[in-house]
Amino acid sequence: MLVNNGLVYLIALPLFGAAVLLLAGRRSDRWGHLLATVLSGMSFVLGAVQFYQMLGRTPENRAVTQKLFSWISVGSFKVDAGLLVDQLSICFVLLITGVGTLIHIYSIAYMDHDKDRRRFFAYLNLFIAAMLLLVMGNSYLNLYVGWEGVGLASYLLIGFWNQKPAYATASKKAFIANRVGDMGLSFAIMIAFATMGTVSFSGVKQAAEGTSQGALTAIGIMLLLAATGKSAQFPLQAWLGDAMAGPTPVSALIHAATMVTAGVYLITRSNFIFDAAPTAQLLVVIIGAITLLFGAIIGTAKDDIKKALAASTMSQIGYMVLASGLGPVGYAFAIMHLLTHGFFKAGMFLGAGSVMHGTGDEVNMRKFGGIRHFMPITFATFGLGYLAILGVPPFAGFYSKDKIIETAFNAGGVKGILIGSAALFGAAITAFYMSRVMILTFAGTPRYDINHPPHESSFLMLLPMGILAIGSVTSGFLLSRGDALVHWLAPLFAAHEGHGEEILPPVVISLMALAVVILGAAFAWFKYGRGPIADTAPTDVSIFTRIARRDLLQDDFNEGVFMRPGQALTRLLVKTDDVLVDGAVRGVATSVLGSGSSLRSTQTGFVRSYAALIVVGAVALIAAIWAVTL
Amino acid sequence: MNYLTLIMAIPLIGAALIATLPQSKSLLAKQFALATTVIAAAATIAMTIKFERANTSLQFVESYDWIKVFGIKYAVGVDGIALVLILMTALLTPIVVLAGWNESEGGRWSTKTFYILILVLQTMSFGVFAATDVFLFYVFFEAMLVPVYFLIGGYGSGERAAAAVKFLLYSLFGGLLMLASIIGLYVISGEQGGHTFSIAALSQLEISSTTQNFLFLGFFIAFAIKAPLFPFHTWLPDAANSATPGTSVLLLGVLDKVGTFGMIRYCLTLFPEATKTFTPLIITLSVISIVYGAFLAIGAKDIKRLIAYTSISHFGFITLGIFAMTTQGHSGATLYMFNHGFSTAALFLVAGWMISRRGSSTIADFGGLQRVTPIMAWSFFIAGMSSLALPGLSSFVSEFLVLVGTFTRYPVAAVIATFGIVLAALYILIPVQRALHGPTTPGNENLSDLNLREKIAIAPVIAVIVVLGFYPSPALNIINPAAAHVVSQMGFTDPAPTHGGK
Repeated sequence: MLVNNGLVYLIALPLFGAAVLLLAGRRSDRWGHLLATVLSGMSFVLGAVQFYQMLGRTPENRAVTQKLFSWISVGSFKVDAGLLVDQLSICFVLLITGVGTLIHIYSIAYMDHDKDRRRFFAYLNLFIAAMLLLVMGNSYLNLYVGWEGVGLASYLLIGFWNQKPAYATASKKAFIANRVGDMGLSFAIMIAFATMGTVSFSGVKQAAEGTSQGALTAIGIMLLLAATGKSAQFPLQAWLGDAMAGPTPVSALIHAATMVTAGVYLITRSNFIFDAAPTAQLLVVIIGAITLLFGAIIGTAKDDIKKALAASTMSQIGYMVLASGLGPVGYAFAIMHLLTHGFFKAGMFLGAGSVMHGTGDEVNMRKFGGIRHFMPITFATFGLGYLAILGVPPFAGFYSKDKIIETAFNAGGVKGILIGSAALFGAAITAFYMSRVMILTFAGTPRYDINHPPHESSFLMLLPMGILAIGSVTSGFLLSRGDALVHWLAPLFAAHEGHGEEILPPVVISLMALAVVILGAAFAWFKYGRGPIADTAPTDVSIFTRIARRDLLQDDFNEGVFMRPGQALTRLLVKTDDVLVDGAVRGVATSVLGSGSSLRSTQTGFVRSYAALIVVGAVALIAAIWAVTL
Repeated sequence: MNYLTLIMAIPLIGAALIATLPQSKSLLAKQFALATTVIAAAATIAMTIKFERANTSLQFVESYDWIKVFGIKYAVGVDGIALVLILMTALLTPIVVLAGWNESEGGRWSTKTFYILILVLQTMSFGVFAATDVFLFYVFFEAMLVPVYFLIGGYGSGERAAAAVKFLLYSLFGGLLMLASIIGLYVISGEQGGHTFSIAALSQLEISSTTQNFLFLGFFIAFAIKAPLFPFHTWLPDAANSATPGTSVLLLGVLDKVGTFGMIRYCLTLFPEATKTFTPLIITLSVISIVYGAFLAIGAKDIKRLIAYTSISHFGFITLGIFAMTTQGHSGATLYMFNHGFSTAALFLVAGWMISRRGSSTIADFGGLQRVTPIMAWSFFIAGMSSLALPGLSSFVSEFLVLVGTFTRYPVAAVIATFGIVLAALYILIPVQRALHGPTTPGNENLSDLNLREKIAIAPVIAVIVVLGFYPSPALNIINPAAAHVVSQMGFTDPAPTHGGK
């Protein structure tokens, strides 16, 4: 494989920026944001150069690597700090640095009034570096460093305004949900090492053939667990809505365009595992299908524009996960939707930020209305993103989402019909909730003080929105013209013949998709487009609406099943430690030493109970030994 | 050059010089102490550079008759495992002196005495890691209790006397069991060709399995108390709660390592058969420690107790790595000991500064420090990230090595231990949120940020945490040969990749 010793600079530049801004502190307040933006831009340029060079090589020779040094080497566990940029990583590199740089530019204006703007840019640069490491690492362990690094950056940015207790809680919740997923990644790496003796992508790919189905399935399921945490997929999705506590550019970059898609990257990167482990692959499809509906339903019930978009992100990533679970025929479409989504969703988030900027940080859509008159450019860019996510031809989502629906139907049998219908139904709900967002925000009559109308944002904010809007229009067409992306990625995936047997011709599926989208949008207009909108959410609603407003009870479930029992267990163990474990020691000490004035003597006289406890403890211990050393 | 004797002598000489100072010159005593520990650190670094990394036999060996009648020798020497622990001790002590510049002032006795105790403790810490004669080891092991007892009881806070007594009684109890085992070994050595206390000679003895089991337990319980391992841990939170932050660093960072080091050097080397017998029990206790310590940390309301509980969890990882008997587990455990020294030092020192400024160690009394004292808050945060083993920081490398090294032999134990990483996120992020985030609560508005001395003290600790996270090779290159040697001496080889049965 080709070696390129310049790869590391892609990561090193933004990492350097983060370090300078954090260490220099207030001294860099005046120029910190500029430095961060320039460094992110330079990373993009380096990525573009890599891409250009890659284009000039034959498909087999496109990947480049760099070995930095031997990172961890003990016995046969040998992991290099090594980078790999191939056809898959370069897609992410360009997305991360491209959208990332646009969002840096946007944030210069958006965070202008914040006295901690420099710290914000330091975190942004840290995020870019970690995310690049995630997609450029050449082994699962290198990926892990980036994986938790983006988790850290996400935690810091969600909690950027952590002086508000709810925001601090939101950041903690995100970190912990992610850690549950990270545990899956740890397990996957351990199983890979124990069974294959390697944790590098190339090594695992090679060894996968000789490895048993059971081990591969276990690895696959654990990777899926990791993906659900990072990509806010069922059942670890609950953190994403709260993550909207972060400044809006963060929601656009991290919680829409890049970090939350890392799970899709992980599954796609591990295609050699999933292709050989059908059970794990089926689970991927199921999780994707559940989440795409789950997110879409939540999206219909949100009045907070950012939370509606967050629910939408969850749902759209569900589409990508579903596609990546369909095997070689689906990987490229998962990535295509990931890229188009990166444009249109980031664009819409920036649009939402622009609206918030213009209305004094209002997020409640019931207090918007008619904003198109005051913010025409925001309306236009947001509207293009809207058409793209709906999948209206010829906007980007049309190309990427229709392909997923089509591939889902073509998966064959009952499975194909089920997941195809889920994807189609999801498209209808998407059309409904996105139209609702459009109508509530931009259409209708103003529901705010008309004497202080919203103002259009500055050029620095509009420029990135415009560029992303262009992407929302053109990216789908460009990526699918002559199956460009499919061919580009093909050398990475196992060969597959055609698109499987087609149960319906593509044009029929496209027409069906278009029909349900029109239905969904029409229903939204029917409900919200004709009359006045109440300032507050109506309370006399069905139980279903209430459950949807409560995020389909995801928090109630987590609190009831994990948090409260966990807290009770913690209290019990604290008590146990004091009364039983320490108490036994005190009891023994008191009975040996007499009254023992320096030891608290509350436990005297309980020696017999302790003896009984020791017996019970011994039995429990023997059982535990048996279990642990299996 | 006799490096080991030299580094043990340096703190003693410093202590003697401080003893000659008049009581009133407390600043001079501090400066002397700092200079002494810096010189000791420099000498230890020189020794580390001279160390031949690939050589698995003991190095810098010295041996002199001490009490000839009983065959007791002053015998010292180090392998890679002992060396990194000595290096850790040498690097942490000056940091502790500098960080806790005013720690001695609330004490029952003078500043002079405080630093004499610290320096004597340092000598004994070096000795306990370097000793190759079991009796010499025992002397250091027990004598160490004395300075710690006075440091807690004389300079601590809260119920310091009670905590000091609890610490002393617990440790003496363990020490007595160990002494019984040492005498047993001595007697057996007499039956088999000559009385000796030399580890090398004792490891060659033929001991029946029943006897081995009893002798093993004598050592192991002493070490399990020291480490500490569940259920022998309850002295630690009390001691850490009462000790000054600097003393806590030495207690948790250095002294407790004697327990886990002792398991490797004595339990494994002297009683290989008994080790195998008890391994299932110890693996179980380790896993319980990991989870149990983490839950107690989550439930802790006092910041010093919280850190102590996290250490119980971390020591569970260390013993797990040792008894998994794989090269990854062993190297990971030793690296863990080294890394834990620095991450616990960072946590305790910063917590100490927070507590002395606020006048309280209750987590709920803090709030919103990130906006009042950003540098202090950041230092605490980084220390916390190291404690939860964030990839890119040093503790990740060691924790992952322990997990992966355990998984290949005891998958269930490794799986349960891995749940510890979620619990770790909770026990770190809960205090971070309460103390550093949120609105600045009354009583915290006017706290001052770290001063120059404190910044100088914490910077190298954080530097070690970050550098070894990205580039652990300097430490691993020293540890690996010694760790692999122990594993192969025990007759184990790493499990080969299974390919899941194919």
